[in-house]
Parts: sequence; structure tokens; C-alpha cells
Amino acid sequence: MARHPLHDVAIVGVHNTAQARVLDGHTSDTITLDAVRGVLADAGLGPKDLDGVSIGGQGTQWIYQLGCGPAWRSGRGDGIPQVLEAASAIATGLATTVVIAAGSAGVYTERESTAPWTRPANEFVVPWGLFTAAEFALIARRHMHMYGTKPEHLATVAATIRNNGHVHPDAIYSGRGPFTPQDILDSRMVADPFHLLDCSMTSEGGAALVLTTGERARDLAQAPVWLLGGGGDSYGPSYQHPPVFDLTGRLGTEYANGWAGRLAAQRAFAMCGLTPSDVDVCEFYDPFSFEIIRQFEAFGFCGEGEGGEFVMDGTIEVGGRSPITTDGGLMAFSHGGATVQLLQRVIRSVQQLRGGCLSRQVAGAEVAMCSNGGPGALFTDVMLLGKEAA
Amino acid sequence: MTAGGPSREWSLAEGELDAQGAGIPLPRPTVVSKPYWDGCRRGELLFQRCRACSATVFNPAPACRQCLSSDLAWERSAGVGSVYSWTVVHRPQTPAFTVPYAVAIVDLDEGYQMMSNVIGCRPDDVAIGMRVRVEFRAIDDEITLPYFVPVVAPGAVTNP
Ligand SMILES: [Zn+2]
Repeated sequence: MARHPLHDVAIVGVHNTAQARVLDGHTSDTITLDAVRGVLADAGLGPKDLDGVSIGGQGTQWIYQLGCGPAWRSGRGDGIPQVLEAASAIATGLATTVVIAAGSAGVYTERESTAPWTRPANEFVVPWGLFTAAEFALIARRHMHMYGTKPEHLATVAATIRNNGHVHPDAIYSGRGPFTPQDILDSRMVADPFHLLDCSMTSEGGAALVLTTGERARDLAQAPVWLLGGGGDSYGPSYQHPPVFDLTGRLGTEYANGWAGRLAAQRAFAMCGLTPSDVDVCEFYDPFSFEIIRQFEAFGFCGEGEGGEFVMDGTIEVGGRSPITTDGGLMAFSHGGATVQLLQRVIRSVQQLRGGCLSRQVAGAEVAMCSNGGPGALFTDVMLLGKEAA
Repeated sequence: MTAGGPSREWSLAEGELDAQGAGIPLPRPTVVSKPYWDGCRRGELLFQRCRACSATVFNPAPACRQCLSSDLAWERSAGVGSVYSWTVVHRPQTPAFTVPYAVAIVDLDEGYQMMSNVIGCRPDDVAIGMRVRVEFRAIDDEITLPYFVPVVAPGAVTNP
């Protein structure tokens, strides 16, 4: 097949700052700064080596702070699409070496309420008491109705991910387990069918990556991790319209919102000629337990409605065929705001492909798939990464 | 349905879901949505229909989502439909909400969907496919919210 332009781009630096439920003494700016310093150290680069910056809406401020102008800039802060945009900028010669970073601290202070970025402002949603758990529950409930997906299936996912976090030394909920599926089912109900332990946490932290050209990547400190493919499916703005499983657009029910990420995954796999059976690590986004089940179906790892049984026989554990979210994800590692945890799925994929993860390293991992989002928020994005270039 | 004041055509039994009280975050009508909220205040559930292609349009929008025509007309819904999906929330969005409350997406019989809360039944009674009808509740002088109640009230609900 013709060489895809993204295949000449590599991730050469990754870094997670300290993560905590509350990062005392930090602001979003100071923890982002920690993330940038950390990722430059990981990559063996200095700020003047950067000629592209993608740090959310404050990108230009960071170009000034880093003193790295003239530099390509992005205003994105949406995780995988932001990484794909930076990679595209490199692939097309707009930039050579791009830092992507995010950090969040001191934003979520009203602890008796759900996090502010999860609460809708839209007039047709706001009076009904919605937040992300309820939005995603409306999707999960519909799937349970259509296919008989059971709370036990959801609980098995949550226990698996939380146990991955339990053994991860840097996870916020390190040492909090181990958990059985029954522990998940015994936790208090938040938004039916989601118990407390089916849901992600809220926390603070920073995260960053550096991308560069294949040519440059071969001379740097870390073994490069290569882009193989990516895609993004959006159906509208998050948390403004009813999260309808059957919401369709131009392509009909096969690509309805409930299958968000299906087209993205098909595109990503087509870019590199791989299939789900080639994926060694599934660093899937886990805002809620059900979302993993849905993603296995949407991405083509199993058939529609088969995700519940798919997760039940050890397949999703490290050592199984499709190990999921090996750092503990949003449930146990961190969920540091609007962007940090999106980037962390990519970062964990890179760590797995480099090898040497302190916990839950997947032996011989060569291909990783990561994801962001979910139909409760009307989008799903995916990316495929490889130990070897495509 | 009386305009302006809280209407209560049925009485709640112990353990049944009720509407929320004052203090919850309220919609702020826009130029596009004002006719809809004015309709709620009159006890009428409105939606838009595209004159060009007959598609229903909701939420209120400046153009049809099927053909992008701006030629939209307001119609009155009978306010009857079925629960498409639901969740009973036990941890409130903010302390202003009283739990439990049942969030639902309702399939209106006219062929569009909207978000609401189901009230007037027990949390365990809410189910996909349950037939519901609109029940307006005035929250303040400006905003009346369209809740939904079971068409055939389960348990101890007394429907007039
Ligand atoms: Zn139309």
C-alpha cells in the first residue's frame, strides 16, 4: 500500500506529572509547566528544539514562555484529535517537533457538585440534572435493553481497570484494591446502571507528549513510537443534546452515535492494513465501565451486542488477548480535567510499546490502540500506535 | 393545564418521584427557543416542522437538520410518547437537585426526541417503552418545565 504521511511521524517524549485528587499549591499553569519540563527531559530536548506548540487555548502564551517562536500553533485541547493534528502538521512540513501538553489544578473546588466541565449549560438539558454519569447511563441503558448487557459485565470491566490501577505505583488509587466485580456492584448507585465504582474519578494533574519526524526521531533519547493510524467521529457538541444511541447522520444506523468510533477505527485500521486481531494493548477511554464494552463492539473486536460476554473470560486482563487500560485509566490512575486524561491514553500506549512499564507491562506489545470519548458525549476518537513504523 | 401556576392533576404517593423545586439551574431562552418556552408557560408543548421536507426539528433550531431549510413552522405536540432511555440519579448534579430523580429521553409520538425527567411514579417503575405524557410545572414566573408522567399510572398514583 502507498505509504501514509502519518507513518513518518513518531512520538519521542511522554510525561505524566504528579496526579492527585487535589494538587496542593498548583494552578493549571504550574502543573502544565511541570508537564512540559518533564516531557522535554524524557525526549532529551530543550525548549528551543520545539517549533510547534499545542497546549489548548493558551498555546500562544506557551510559545512566548518557551521562547520557541517562530512556531506553529494550535488552539486545540481535545486529546487524540490534537495529537493527530500535530502529527499532520509534522507530516505536511508545517512543523518539525511539536509539544502537546495539558494541566489542570484548582478548577474543581465545589466537591458537593459534579465537576464543572461535566455540567451542561444548554437550555434543553440544564434543568434535568444531567452530568456525565447520567449522559453515559442513557447510552448504557439502551444497550442493555437491546442486547441484554448485564450489570455484571460492567462490573467486570470496572474491577479489571481498578485492579490495574491498584498495582500501578503512580495511580491516584494505587493500593486501593484489589476489587472483585461484586465489590463494584456493592458500591452505591450513582446513575443507574452505574454504581460509584463504575464511574471515573475527578482529579488534578498534567500530561505532555512530543512528536517529531521519523528522521529526527531516530537520533533522540527514547525509542520512537510510531503513528499507524487514527480517526475521529463527532456527532455534535457534548452535553447539549440528548445522548441518543440511535442518533444518525449521513450514514444511517450502522454508524449511529451508539457506534461512535466505528468509522474512526475503520479508517485507522485501513491506514496501516491492520485489524483488531493485530492489537496487543487496548488503552481504551474509561469514563464509565460500559464504555469499554461498547468500544470493543464499535471498533470491531467483537460483534454488536457481544461486548458483555467478550469481557467476561479474562480476555481484557493483562495476559489475555485484549488487555484494557493498563494504568488504571480514568477510574484509578487519574482524570485530571478536560484534556489531561485524554492525552494519558496516548501516553500509556507509548509506555507499553516502549516496554518496561513498572506494572502490567504487556509482554511483546507491538501495536496499541487508544481511544477518547464516548457517545454520552457524542464523539469517539481513536489512534493506533506501533513499536515499528508502518 | 392552567397557565402560570403549578398544576397538580394527580397526587403523589409515598416514594414517588416529584418535580424539582426552585434553585435548580434553569434554561435561559434564546431568540430561537423563546416560542418554545412561551408555549410551556401556556401549557403547550411545541416543536418545529420543516415546511420544505416535513422533518421534525427539536431542539428548536434556526434550520432543518435534514435539508437545512430555514422554513420552519411551530406545531403543538400532543405531549404523549414513550421512554427511549432512562437513568435514575442518586448522586445529584448539584445540591440544588433532590434525589432520586429519573432522567429520560422521550420519543414523542410526532417523531422527535427530548430530554426530561419522569415523575409521578416510583423509580423502579421507569422503563424503556413506558408510555408517558407531558406534565407542566411552573418553576418561576419565567420558566415552566415540561416533565413527563406515566399515561397509565402505576401503583398508587391517582389519575383524574
Ligand atoms: Zn427540511
